[in-house]
Amino acid sequence: MTNEPVYLDYQATTPVDPRVRNVMLPWFDEMFGNPHSSDHAYGWVAEQAVEDARGHIAKLIGAKPSEITFTSGATEANNLAVKGTVRAISSDRNHVVTCATEHKCVLESCARLEREGFTVTYLPVEKSGLLDLDLLENALSERTALVSIMMANNEIGVIQPVTEIASLCARVGALFHTDAAQAVAKIPIDVNVMGIDLLSISAHKLYGPMGIGALYVRQKPKIKIEPLLDGGGQERGLRSGTVPAPLAIGFGEACRLGSENISEEADRITHLRDQFLAQIFDSLDDVKLNGDLEKRIPGNLNLSFPDIDAQDLMMRLPGIALSSGSACTTSSVASSHVLQSIGVEKRLLHNAIRIGFGRFTVEKEVAFAAKEIIQAVLSLRNATQIYEKN
Amino acid sequence: MIYLDYNATAPMRPSVKRCVIEALDVSGNPSSIHSSGRRARAMVEKARGQIASSFGVTHENIIFTSGATEANTLALAGSKCRRVFVSGVEHHSVLEAVDHVEKIAVDQDGLVSPECLDTLLRHNGNSVLVSVMLANNETGVIQPIAELARIAHDYGALFHCDAVQAPGRIPLNMNDLGVDLMTLSAHKIGGPNGVGALFLAPGIEVASTMNGGGQERGRRGGTENVAAIAGFGAAAMYVNEMLNKAGQIGKLRDGMEQAILEQTPEVVIHGHKVPRLVNTSLFGVDGVSAETQVIALDLSGIAISSGSACSSGKVGPSHVLRAMGLSESMSASSIRVSIGVETKEEEITRFVDAWVSSLKMIKQQVDAA
Repeated sequence: MTNEPVYLDYQATTPVDPRVRNVMLPWFDEMFGNPHSSDHAYGWVAEQAVEDARGHIAKLIGAKPSEITFTSGATEANNLAVKGTVRAISSDRNHVVTCATEHKCVLESCARLEREGFTVTYLPVEKSGLLDLDLLENALSERTALVSIMMANNEIGVIQPVTEIASLCARVGALFHTDAAQAVAKIPIDVNVMGIDLLSISAHKLYGPMGIGALYVRQKPKIKIEPLLDGGGQERGLRSGTVPAPLAIGFGEACRLGSENISEEADRITHLRDQFLAQIFDSLDDVKLNGDLEKRIPGNLNLSFPDIDAQDLMMRLPGIALSSGSACTTSSVASSHVLQSIGVEKRLLHNAIRIGFGRFTVEKEVAFAAKEIIQAVLSLRNATQIYEKN
Repeated sequence: MIYLDYNATAPMRPSVKRCVIEALDVSGNPSSIHSSGRRARAMVEKARGQIASSFGVTHENIIFTSGATEANTLALAGSKCRRVFVSGVEHHSVLEAVDHVEKIAVDQDGLVSPECLDTLLRHNGNSVLVSVMLANNETGVIQPIAELARIAHDYGALFHCDAVQAPGRIPLNMNDLGVDLMTLSAHKIGGPNGVGALFLAPGIEVASTMNGGGQERGRRGGTENVAAIAGFGAAAMYVNEMLNKAGQIGKLRDGMEQAILEQTPEVVIHGHKVPRLVNTSLFGVDGVSAETQVIALDLSGIAISSGSACSSGKVGPSHVLRAMGLSESMSASSIRVSIGVETKEEEITRFVDAWVSSLKMIKQQVDAA
């Protein structure tokens, strides 16, 4: 073990794959052209590489390159998908359906739409974290403009039945958007087979760089979107601003690598996760797994340890980088809206930790982390017992 | 290849690149509280400090964005003003940031006149934002921002300044300029693409246009672009060094303009009578299409531009020159040379020779046709 902590926070961000990093490097200096400078070769070369990257991203989700719009990340992609489509709809559809466990940026975008006069239905989820399709069906009507349901949850990793959701949306003519930041390159995705109209991707959740993401927008039939950023008219007018060539190229390479061995990688990570879980369950009683285990992305666990404060637990684990929930909200004291939504009791809300496994996680680290967590939990329980006895 | 398109984007400095690579290798989300996350956070905050000290702004008033386009949008849409006045020579991201922009006329040199702004605001003082860029990306013409901002404030209006072309070319201090909001972009100053910032004067607030996880004090959701931000900070540290070279760059530009004037007396250099960025020259010969000149020069191994990079993909005359009152034909006949710290004198000489001979060739073809 080196001094570096064992990194088990792959849902917060993934390390940049060294192969991705190496592909990006020359684009910072030797080939630094602005991909929109159509006047000279510097620009053309950058543009070609950005277009190749777009192709790799499209291929990973079964889309056409022209259906991929670069954004600054999944947050922007989600903002664009949710606010952009609903604001642009000309018919009298003024209703949006989303779900309580969405990422904050989808929920906040929906809240913004409510302030603008649209109606939003926030569907609850079951204890498993999964959506009840009957509830969705009842919520939908001819007035529904957009349904935004994430493909895989960032805290509990559960995978929603997007294909079924998409077909329910299609029945009433509503658009279907899915935030797939945690799912792309982790599970197989085909936007056509699944019937998805809009899909958000983040590069830094799939071993690419931060600061770039994409929104897939189905081309046929055409979907009207009001841009969030106007200006130079890049990205076919859907998203103005210079596309950062090195980041886009890194994103493309990350997708290319991701598509290469998606099932092998998933198997390997699932195996590590199961080993970890077995080790924990063998040594500790009274541990609760949050969210369905079967319908879940390979690299995620979310565990509650009743009577143990997650912050105290993490303080005792300086050798492991893990989190008590979504990175966006970990620095705040607010409790997880996801765990609340799946019915975790109030007193247990601060007892959960999220463990994320990924491409660079090795067996030794998993065993080490499990051992450390078990020890820390036991010693905290001991301390509590001593305290209670006194 | 000779690169003379520094106003479109500048190559990244080697030390900035090292800094970006170092940050790329840190796997942590800056909002995570574990040590990996804290390392990423430290990089973001270090950069914020570097930028704060380089541009006269307090660190808590820096909002990192994905670039200048987003920063300009946040400034204009997020300030929630009832009326938004912008100069006609602004970048498209300002001109189109909100639907209700109203254009302020510029004079033949592209300048907003203080008297004109005064008159405009005298009748429209309430809930007004004025946005005027510090230096124009096409002509390099420098606006009297401090004076314009003072006038805006006299009438209780807010003042935003898109200053992306200024750093390292003219001294830039937000406090001295007295503006309320200011936009910068990293990749124009030798930093990476994909990051910019909006600066706020103390007491000024903007409503977030990017809803999300509450990053950047709730003003801009989305995971911070750690590596690019780190590079932005590193690049900001070179601004003074760039300024020291401004005199030398100015000499190259002036020498170039003198040479083309001597060999092509009919050339028009835009904005040369008023203060301009030392590195920028926009000029043309009426009737000789910019596109043709640019292609001819590209074949000679020289990269220049026919205007701003984001709009040059679209065929059409420069909106900046049109706003300055030039004819459509003149506005479609001008090319921009923008020089950087790495530019050498012999590169300028080669450009002048190539341009003069390509111009002769183009004119012969036009005459023959």
